[in-house]
Amino acid sequence: MTEVELKAFTRVVTQYFNNVTGTAAQLGLPYIKGERQETFDYTGVIGISGSRKGGVYYTAGKQLLEALGAFILGDEPLDDEALYDLVGELTNTIAGNMREIFGSNFLISVPIIMKGKIDDIVIKLKPPVFIIPIIWNGMNSHLAIGLE
Amino acid sequence: MKLLIVDDSNIMRRAIEKYLTDFNLELVGTAGDGEAALQLFKAHLPELVTLDITMPRMDGLACLDEIMRLRPETKVLVISALKDPSTGLQALRKGAKGFLAKPFSPEEIRSEVQQILGLSS
Repeated sequence: MTEVELKAFTRVVTQYFNNVTGTAAQLGLPYIKGERQETFDYTGVIGISGSRKGGVYYTAGKQLLEALGAFILGDEPLDDEALYDLVGELTNTIAGNMREIFGSNFLISVPIIMKGKIDDIVIKLKPPVFIIPIIWNGMNSHLAIGLE
Repeated sequence: MKLLIVDDSNIMRRAIEKYLTDFNLELVGTAGDGEAALQLFKAHLPELVTLDITMPRMDGLACLDEIMRLRPETKVLVISALKDPSTGLQALRKGAKGFLAKPFSPEEIRSEVQQILGLSS
């Protein structure tokens, strides 16, 4: 993956939080994923095919998703199922928005959603997997990208 | 006017319903995939449909084809994360009246619906 593509991902993430909440996310320095556990409470995974192959996942804690959900639905209650749904939708939106850069042959799957600390995310991320740390309102999350 | 909301995300279905409350539309159903959407569409023949694209079983563009075949005058607003221009154009060519990229604000979807329904702001 090129530096330009990585920057495009960071721009899409920044725009997402800004559009939905009015507060831009702060992005940490991207790094290449090693052996260390890199997931929070909820993780949404999207498989990529077509012009590029691999996948992306977005992983966040419960507190962040509850706060984000409150921006979308106001004071409507968010149960556990809604938080699963939200992490999948967020991942889908970020991956889908990237078609602006990669074109319409950048094909994205429906999201797969996982909960808890996952030792081995069995997904088709192609190494090297880049992790973009995302901090929004003081809460951490990650976007991971592994494309051929 | 009858409304059908189609999106595989429950949060998005709830958000769209909430944001469109002021239009006094009659929500006839919500669906999480294209097949379920078509069943509801045939049963209720809604005049307005908000339609996601990336969904399990039947995607939104295939669903749009069927809706246009069944009732071409249906006003369909495609709402999708697929932000490339060709996807938006494809939806419009198939008969959608509007295309809104995710993420969207309450004001953006209200504005799109207002335009599709021909309502003055």
